Amino acid sequence: MKVEELNVDEKIGHVKDVLTEDQKKRGVLIHAFQSIQKEHNYLPEDVLKALAKKLDIPLAEVYSTASFYKHFYFKPRGRNVVCVCTGTACHVRGASKVLEKIEESFGIKPGETTPDLSMTLETVGCVGCCGLAPVATVNDEIIGDLNPKKAGEVIKMVEGK
Amino acid sequence: MEKLKTIDDLKNLRKQISDHTFLPDVPRVRLCSGTACTATGAPKVLSAIEEEAAKRGITLDVVKTGCQGLCQKGPVMKVEPEGIFYQKVKPEHARSIMSYTVAGGIPFRQSLYRNNILEEPIPEMTNVPFYKKQLRIALRNNGLIDPRKIYHYIAVGGYKALEKALGSMSPDDVLAEVDRANLRGRGGAGFPAGKKWKHSKGASGKIKFVIANGDEGDPGAFMDRSVMEGDPHSLFEGMLLCAYAIGAEYGMIYVRHEYPLAVKNLGIAIKQAEELGLLGKNILGSGLNFTIDIREGAGAFVCGESTALVASIEGERGFPRPRPPRLSEHGGGAWGYPSNLNNIETYACVPPIVEKGADWFLGIGTKNSPGTKVFALTGKVVNTGLVEVPMGITLREIIYDIGGGIMNGKKFKAVQTGGPSGGCIPEEHLDLPVDFDSLAKVGSMMGSGGMVVMDEDNCMVDVAKYFLSFCQSESCGKCPPCRIGTYQMLEILERITTGKGEEGDIERLEKLGKLVKEGALCGLGNSAPNPVLTTIRYFRHEYEEHIRDKYCQAKACSGLGVFRIEHDECFLCGLCKQACAFDAVKETKDSFFIDQDYCTKCKACYNACPIGAVKVEKKRKTPEKQEVV
Repeated sequence: MKVEELNVDEKIGHVKDVLTEDQKKRGVLIHAFQSIQKEHNYLPEDVLKALAKKLDIPLAEVYSTASFYKHFYFKPRGRNVVCVCTGTACHVRGASKVLEKIEESFGIKPGETTPDLSMTLETVGCVGCCGLAPVATVNDEIIGDLNPKKAGEVIKMVEGK
Repeated sequence: MEKLKTIDDLKNLRKQISDHTFLPDVPRVRLCSGTACTATGAPKVLSAIEEEAAKRGITLDVVKTGCQGLCQKGPVMKVEPEGIFYQKVKPEHARSIMSYTVAGGIPFRQSLYRNNILEEPIPEMTNVPFYKKQLRIALRNNGLIDPRKIYHYIAVGGYKALEKALGSMSPDDVLAEVDRANLRGRGGAGFPAGKKWKHSKGASGKIKFVIANGDEGDPGAFMDRSVMEGDPHSLFEGMLLCAYAIGAEYGMIYVRHEYPLAVKNLGIAIKQAEELGLLGKNILGSGLNFTIDIREGAGAFVCGESTALVASIEGERGFPRPRPPRLSEHGGGAWGYPSNLNNIETYACVPPIVEKGADWFLGIGTKNSPGTKVFALTGKVVNTGLVEVPMGITLREIIYDIGGGIMNGKKFKAVQTGGPSGGCIPEEHLDLPVDFDSLAKVGSMMGSGGMVVMDEDNCMVDVAKYFLSFCQSESCGKCPPCRIGTYQMLEILERITTGKGEEGDIERLEKLGKLVKEGALCGLGNSAPNPVLTTIRYFRHEYEEHIRDKYCQAKACSGLGVFRIEHDECFLCGLCKQACAFDAVKETKDSFFIDQDYCTKCKACYNACPIGAVKVEKKRKTPEKQEVV
């Protein structure tokens, strides 16, 4: 999404009728972050600056809001995102071993990206697939019933891409 | 789609649809297309079945339903009219299922459900133990309809409650019915929805909001996701009824971004409802205006707390706000407008109550908690998945009858209810009838309905540490009791689980826990110490063992116990020696042994041993020096 093309009224939805201009601008902030991140994979500084100007919100406050939410990133991310679920159900069924195995194979910790930008490793609280625990997602594709051995498949999937 | 202008239009439409939808004698496959079944291959099964049907020239009605519950055995599907239930279906089974069941009317044995491989398979869905004790109200249409088709919802009686409310009931009647039904908030605290609605109705100001909380952040819970994904219109209908009752015009659904399928299905459903005129201006000619917007979360657990959720909707940091003013009061809700906030499941329960009456609802469940509750049964049970049961059912029934008992024949240790804010319930309370009050009495809570079963291999101190670390990392940091208190508690637990626990740590935990509970600003902090406090209450001996004997019964915590190789069991494969990074495993001519001076208790040898000959034992007490007489 181009920041210039952001249509505040359209993004905020039906509630626009009862909100002031400032409330509307503030209200679309998280929406805007999501669209920016979808396009760039992270929130680049220059885009956020343009957004702050467009919405008339101080840049510091834009950063303050974005940094609160775990889902927004300020650094480029890998082409593949592997997300290991460490929710309760996955935890009791051995998610930590799976995570260890993946950490070992790529030499990165959760939240980090490999230097060649091929892969970002993350953990998530719960993807809601507890029936298949332990679970990991590779680029939003869910792989269930993992164990350290099967984690090799995840690794291969990433390397193949 | 043509806009419906009157209530009669809707009635006529339903009649028209019913003439050619879900006819009883048409062969039909209801395939689960929820997140879990999609992950295990439902789309491939779908195309295989459709291809097979096309090849044979059979007109087969394929319904892609929402979550059917038995996620563990996915992909699952039901073939009608025989009502045969298939599990773990693979694309290559499509041919046989077509030949046997669709064409021949007999079950295809390979894909039927079995309790275990020695038992006879169970063909009918209603006889599968997992479904036998369930009663579905909130999930009534999951597994029945395609959530992407509003006509399906209308065909099975959807929007009938709205029809009834707009046609023959005043807003006060609707409110009175919900209030009398004593529908308690399914999000966790169990506050009666009727009371909440009354507050919102009584608030000053013309503009009001109806907000649905779908920020289901509890790890191990996915009931709201299933409703949003599998039956979005029942959520809308509940919100519409609420809007009618309290006089609101704007609706909002707050969904976690981790649920992309839910966001997608909700979007489709809103569009269809708007096209039919079931959302928008002057709905069915009644003068009711109501619109729904979707707000996506961005990965903050605290945003499930109502005031934090409102802050997030407004585009702020998701900080909770002090109450009063409550959300339902002027100045408390979104942008200061009075807002009625309920959980997704609560709204989904409203249409049947309005349609069938409060008395019907009061007849189900227990006296103080009528109705049903959806639980996400997970952890170490045989059948994991989504279950909806009447309140008052015992934990034992849920875990053993529906869940099929503990995996691998292990021993039950505890069940954790209510997510990170709940508590662990030990075996002695297994026969407890489950409702809001009984769970609170034993120190846990209903929560949103996560139910994680733990067996003897789970260390309770480790589990408490896990939940606390979740709350600690999700604490928003606004108030010190939660921010600092959970951090300090976690440090103590960290110490205990790595063998550095000291006398007095348990008391310190209890004291800190109480402080955090009383001092925190919002629900997250108020309940964060619960897992620690309940595990101390019921499993104090495990804490003591960790601290005094430096030993972990479940062998889950590393850095505890004494490692020893049992020579009678060891068959000299040498894997333990290879695994040890510290050269603590020594070899003699015919045995391996562990040199305690080098051992760091990292558990590498324990995990490496293929036959379990490496034992972790309690440290033997060194005999006290005998005094010389």
